[in-house]
Parts: sequence; C-alpha cells; structure tokens
Amino acid sequence: MRYLPKSPSDREQMLRDIGVRSIDDLFAQVPPDIRLNRDLNLPPAMAESEIIRWFRERAAENGDHYTSFVGAGAYRHYRPVVIDSLISRSEFFTAYTPYQPEIAQGTLQAIFEFQTMICELTGMEVANASMYDGSTAAAEAVMMAMRVTGRSSAVIARSVHPEYREVLRTYVQHQGVPLTEIGFGENGRVDLNALDAAISADTACVLIQSPNFFGTIEDVKAIADLVHKKGALLVVAIAEAVSLGIVRPPAEADIVCMEAQSFGVPLSYGGPYAGVIATKEQFVRQIPGRLVGEARDKQGRRGFVLTLSTREQHIRREKATSNICTNQALVALMVTIFMSVYGREGLKELALHNLAKANYALEQFRKAGAKVLFEGAPRFHEFVLQTEKTPYEINDGLLAQHIIGGLPTISKFYPELGNASLWCCTEMTGREAIDAAAKAVAR
Amino acid sequence: MSDDLKNTVAGSRGNLGWCKSTTHVNQNEALIFEKSSPGKKGYQLAPLDVPEVDPKKLLGEAAREDLGNMPEVSEVEIIRHFTRLSTWNFAVDYGMYPLGSCTMKYNPRVNEAVARLWEIAEAHPYQPEKISQGTLRIMKTLADYLCEITGMDTITLQPAAGAHGEMTGILLIRAYHQKQGNPRKKILIPDSAHGTNPATAAMCGYAVENLKSGPDGMVDLAALEAQVTEDVAALMLTNPNTLGVFEQNIGKIADILHAKGALLYMDGANMNALLGKVRPGDSGVDVMHLNLHKTFSTPHGGGGPGSGPVACKKILEPFLPVPVIETTAEGTLRLNYDRPETVGRVRAFFGNFGMHVRALAYILANGPDGLRMATEDAVLNANYIRKKLDGVYELPYKTPSMHEVVFSDKKQSVKGVKTGDVAKRLIDYGFHSYTVSFPLIVPGALMIEPTESEPKEELDLFIEAMRMIAEEAEKTPEVLVTAPHTTRLSRLDEVSAARKPILRWKPRQAKSAAE
Repeated sequence: MRYLPKSPSDREQMLRDIGVRSIDDLFAQVPPDIRLNRDLNLPPAMAESEIIRWFRERAAENGDHYTSFVGAGAYRHYRPVVIDSLISRSEFFTAYTPYQPEIAQGTLQAIFEFQTMICELTGMEVANASMYDGSTAAAEAVMMAMRVTGRSSAVIARSVHPEYREVLRTYVQHQGVPLTEIGFGENGRVDLNALDAAISADTACVLIQSPNFFGTIEDVKAIADLVHKKGALLVVAIAEAVSLGIVRPPAEADIVCMEAQSFGVPLSYGGPYAGVIATKEQFVRQIPGRLVGEARDKQGRRGFVLTLSTREQHIRREKATSNICTNQALVALMVTIFMSVYGREGLKELALHNLAKANYALEQFRKAGAKVLFEGAPRFHEFVLQTEKTPYEINDGLLAQHIIGGLPTISKFYPELGNASLWCCTEMTGREAIDAAAKAVAR
Repeated sequence: MSDDLKNTVAGSRGNLGWCKSTTHVNQNEALIFEKSSPGKKGYQLAPLDVPEVDPKKLLGEAAREDLGNMPEVSEVEIIRHFTRLSTWNFAVDYGMYPLGSCTMKYNPRVNEAVARLWEIAEAHPYQPEKISQGTLRIMKTLADYLCEITGMDTITLQPAAGAHGEMTGILLIRAYHQKQGNPRKKILIPDSAHGTNPATAAMCGYAVENLKSGPDGMVDLAALEAQVTEDVAALMLTNPNTLGVFEQNIGKIADILHAKGALLYMDGANMNALLGKVRPGDSGVDVMHLNLHKTFSTPHGGGGPGSGPVACKKILEPFLPVPVIETTAEGTLRLNYDRPETVGRVRAFFGNFGMHVRALAYILANGPDGLRMATEDAVLNANYIRKKLDGVYELPYKTPSMHEVVFSDKKQSVKGVKTGDVAKRLIDYGFHSYTVSFPLIVPGALMIEPTESEPKEELDLFIEAMRMIAEEAEKTPEVLVTAPHTTRLSRLDEVSAARKPILRWKPRQAKSAAE
C-alpha cells in the first residue's frame, strides 16, 4: 500500500523487538467473538489513476458550467488563484490546532489577522477564530446571548435563512428555550410592531439577518433601538459577506454571526464553509470557540497563542460555553487571503459590481412584466420574484439553456408568497444570462 | 542563556547520529496591516457589462462609506506574506506529529486533486437534483462504505466535526427515549473521556455522571452495573479509550446498558485502531461518530475543517437529521426532507461535503486490505514506541496498548521537569509534541499516537530523541524547562496573554471602523 512506509522486514524486526510473534498478538485484547473474521466488503484498492477516473465520472454526472441565479446562503464569487496556491502549502493544510504556539505561529498569526479583518468589516470589537458555518454560528450566538443576559427565550425573524432557523431549533430544543418567530412587512423588512409585541422581559435576544433571506437590507438601527430599550441583545446574522463591502455594518448589534463562504471558499456542494461570531469586548468571556491573542516570548518578541481557553470544553467540560472543539482554520485562511487580495478598495468595488448586476436584473425582470416582491426597501444582490407559472416550469426551460433559475423551493418555507423564487446575481452573472432569464420569466 | 547551557543544547542534539532538525531559511514578517498602504492593489475586476449604479441612491442610509483598516497590498506581497507565515508551522509533511487522539496521518494528494474537480468544487448545494447526481452519488457511496466499516445500519454525513457528531448522536438517543415516553436524565461518561463528551451531554439537556475507571484503565463493570439505572440515557464510551486501551468488556458493557434500556454511544475518535479488525456495530454499540479528519485522512488544516458523520443502528434511523439521501425507483438519488420524527437539522446544507470527497478517495485507495494494514501498522508503531520507552518514562497502566500509548512524567518530575517541558524540548529534536496532560486520569500524561504513516527510521529517531530528553531531564533539567531553543520564538507567555487579552490588531493612531 503506497501510503504505508514499511517494508516486510521492518515489520518483522519491529515485532521481534516488541517480543511478539505476529501482528495478531497485538490485538489479543480484542475478544475473539467481536473480531471481524472476513474482509470488509469494499472494492479492492484502486490505483491513483482509477480514483481520478471514478471521480471524473461522478463530476460528469453533475453537469458543468451552468450560469446560476441561486444564492440563498451559498454564493458563487470569483476565487483568486492565489488562494488555492497558498492554502496548498503543506505547512498550512497538514498542520493541526496550534496547541504548541512556538511551531504554529503561521496558523496563529493568520487567525489573528482574520479576527482583526472580521472586526473591521462587521463593526464589532472582537471576533473568534471561526465556527463550523453560518447556521451553527447563529445558533451559538443565540445561546451566547442567553448566557450574557441570563434570560431564556429568543425572538427570531422569519426572514432569517430557513435552514439557520431549523438549526437553531435543533440546538436549543432541550434547553427550555421558547422561540418566537416574527414576520415581515410588505417591503420584506422585519415587522417592527410585531417585534415590539414579541419581546418580553425574558427575551435574551432578537435574531435578524441583514441582508435577509429575501436580499432586503434591514433597518438595523431602528431594530437595535427597539431591542435595547427592552434590555435584550440584538444578534445580526450575515449570510452574504460580500455585502459588507457596500452595506453599512451592523455596528449597533451586540453579536454578529456570519457565514464567510463568499470570501474565496468554494461552493463545494454546501461545505466546508466558515462561520464567524463577533461581538463587543464586554461579552468576550461568553464567546464560544477558539480565540487567538497576542503574546510575548521570553525575549519580549511578539507572537500569538490560543487564549481565554478556560471558556472551552477541554477545561470546563460540561460547564463550557459550547462543546465546539475545532474551528475551520483552513477555510478561515482562505477567507483571510481573499480579504487581503481585495482589501479596503476591492471589497467595495466587488460589492458594487454585485449591486449593479442585481439592479440590472431587477430592471429587466420588471420590464418583462415579472412581479418583484418586497419593493420599497434597499436590497443587496438577491430578490424574490412572483410568477404566474410555477418557478419549476420556468427553471426547466432555463436549464435547457444551461442556466439555473432562481431558487424555487422557497414556497416550502413561505407558502404565502405563492409561485415565488429567490434570485441572486453576483459579479459572475453575465448580462446575456440575465437577459435570457428575463425572457423566460416573461413568457 | 549561559554558554554552558548553549553547548548543552547544541551538544546533546549533536549526539544523534543524524540530527533531524536543523536551521533553515525562516524570515520575520509583520502583520499584513503593517504592510498596507493606500493605492496598492491585489485584484482587478472584469469590466462591468451592465450599467453602473450609485450605491447612495440604491441603498440610502444603508450605504457604507469606508472599510476602515482593511489592508491594501499587492499580489506578490500576499504570496510572500502567507508563504513566510507558513514556514513558521510544523506540519505532518515535515515529520512525525504524534498528537495522541488526533491521528495525524499522511494526507494523500489525490484527495485534494479530486476535491478540486470543477463540477464537484463548484456545485451549489441548492442546484437541481437532476444535475447533482454525481455529488449525491459520492455522499451515498461514502455513507454505504462507512456503514460497512463500522457495522452500523445507517448514517448521516451532516455533522461538521467530531463534537458536532456527538451532539447529533446524543440528540438521536434523546429522541429515541422520548418516543418510549421518557427522555431520561443522565449520561454516564468515564473520567478518561474527551472534554467534548460532557459538554455535549450538557448541550442536549442531560446531567453528566462521572464513571470512574478501574485500575486497568478500563470501565469498571461493577461500578457501571451500580450506576446504570432507569434514569441513564446512555454511556458515552471512547474505544479504544484515551489510554489507547481496548475496552475488552465492550459486549458486557452494552448488555448492562441495554438491560436497563440505556444505549451505548461510541466516540469514534480512535477508530484508527479498529479498521477491518473490529466493527463497533458488532460489539453492541448503538450509535457512534467518526472523525473523517482523523481516521480517513482528510487534512487537519491547522484546526479544521473536520467532519463528523454519525452512524447508528436501525432503531435510531427515524430520528436522523434531514435531509437523508434516498434511491428512487429509477435508481437516481434524491434528498428526502419529509421525515416527521427527525431531530431536525444540525447544519445548513449537507455537511462538509469537500471532506466527504477526500475520505471516499482514501477508502478507494486503500480497499479492505489497505485499511486493515493501516490499522495494523498504527498499532505496531505504538507498541514499538511503548516497548522502547517503557522504563525511560513511567508507564502508568500496563494494559496492552492499541494505536496510542500514554506515559507519565513521574520519573522526570522529581527533577522539576513536567510533561509540557519534555514536549517543548521534543520540538528542538525536530518533532511535533505529543498530547500534553491528557487524559486527566494520568497526572502529567504524555499521550503518543504515531499513526501508520511513520517509517521505522522516523520512529527510531523519535525514540532516540525521547531517550536523550530523559537523560537531559536527569543531568540538565534547565535545558528542558526553558525549551524550545531552536524555534523562531521562545516559550510564549500564555498567562499574561489571557490576563489582558489582545485579540485584534489596532493602528497606533488611525481610527478603525469599529470605533
């Protein structure tokens, strides 16, 4: 086996040195009645060339190079080549958690830069080293708000990504946490009256998303005022990180939870991505997950270490802030490189291109006679169309032109919207595809 | 450092016939913000093919003016910056990385190649099923193979990491008991367990009850018998346990639990000791998680992404997270979201799919023989180290080892040398440290897991290094307590770092967007 670096004589020598006759002697501790006395029923070992062929065949079954109008929490943006070039360095991708900081400064400094950039972008004061993804970050953020406030219920906007809400429900289902959902108005924004009515003296936090699931940008300031007046915390989820290039950050929030996939992470059929939790300095001891902090060595030189670990499971066990152990370090590194490539000017320009594409698409769809829902509030690069035909019918026609139309399944979560679909444009969406889609929707 | 000490540091390392670590090019590098200046660019966007827009007009008050202290650097500086940072990391590709319980094995490059095939890497999780048959087939194939490897009936690939898998598994157990009319109150956890186990049980609304290990480091059957009541929902057991010892009585443990209606959860962190030799499903385990980043060679990436599929028996199937993959009558694959008894969704989309691809490539490369041989070599390596270092370091438990061995610093601590000092000194000899001070039942633990990826030559160097360090502990303990001596930075002051945490860079004068 090519991954096993021993010759038969090495093995014999080692067995002799150990003082056993055969490898089976080393498994003597395993009772005979539970040993597997046959080969695993798996295909025989494949050569590298066969493995590549097998996956190429699967890749072909997936169809390729479609222009896509599907976003909804996972976005296709251009990935600069330097990202894969750098993360392919063995020192990054074959290392583990930086438990020994003297030989892990590369990972540690990169995470420190990640934490800093996330703070700059979100308007928060501290950010952790990353979470599994945006959905679990949202659940962890709500649980964090409960620890901070000592209150035990939460109010969730229905315009938060439906799968984030599902994950949150799964996470808190056995913690006695009542979740109240509040709806949205004609313009797609959180219904402030409903929000006001839903917050009680026991509400730990209100979770909103901005831009929300429909692409609409929430009035974070107004919501924050209302929430804070009642002594609750405001948690803002961001599913589309690129929006931060042109949309004012939710600086009034107490906790920001984010999906950073848009920043240079491949779509990869849904993962791995990177979640983020960022917050105010005063809440740092309740933040879940790893944190990297600056430290000095004996000679006073600057270095970085994992810090405040007394919050974490390996020390606190059942009293930890979360059971999370890993972060998504390599994905966070992709995100850090992406943010460095675009930087202060590029992120703005990139977001502006996204805004322009979506605006053009909106105009074309309106011209074609499609009904755009939630007019009257600003949006970033997603919007909801209501059509006479079912979106599945429209999409079947588009698929034949190698175009994936807007997400048709949203009626499952919002039946009141009827024949609705959620459309997304990024800098990768070409004008021709937009024109073709507008035609398909019109017919 | 005194000259004497300097000579000792260099001298004893020189005694190695062939000294593994040496100096090499390694440069200092500032933070990326400290290299930034206005007008530098690392990007160029393609020309906009639609009319430009005015963000003020479209977004109004929601428009953002300024991106604060985000860096402005060129492409070449980005490449150099992160390349220089990378050289400060130790990695599996440099050499033995014997972190116990982490299974730092070789990460095959073909895994990376197939994960980057365009249609796989660029597949959107919500693209129509009819153009997702390839990605669904990859998940289904991996799911089937993992069931065969573990002896379980069914599996979910959704959990993003081991701890996330634990949570999923305990939720399944809770849903099962709930359906019988009583979710029960407690989870039993041995004192040797990973910290994630009790943290998980607490998240799922259970009280944690500690189960004391017997003198052989294994579950004490009498204690278990006494503690399992109708209030116990499950036992969370790592097998082999964190001492690297196979829980010989696993069958009886399962019987004791099952007799009282409780279930057996297995933490599969140490599955690398069992491939093709033992299937947890054949030994009474009801549900378990796997760590694809440990046993199935997906890269650890500096601390993630992981992937923690949960395999279980038929009785728990109705409760699996949604969606589950199903085969239609026509033989195509589809995602089923309509499962009324599900515990819910544990993550958006379908899990860390990119890791599923890599793990499957690993299984295909190995086949049944390769997987079994990997486990055999992992166990051989651990026992070889144990044999060669027994007596040099204290072996607190004499029970036979599987894929890892746990020593203690008892002999060295009389000289004031702790396990953490030995670990730091090991860095000077060109190895990553082992796992320090875990499991908690061994005071001053040295937890060593070589994995199957080490050739005999590397093991011999490691053993020699560990012996020389033991000698140094006797003769020049100060060399150890001040180690490492050969790294770019010396020992970092973690206590001060935690007292006044600095968690982000700030410019000296300029105002940041966050302020």
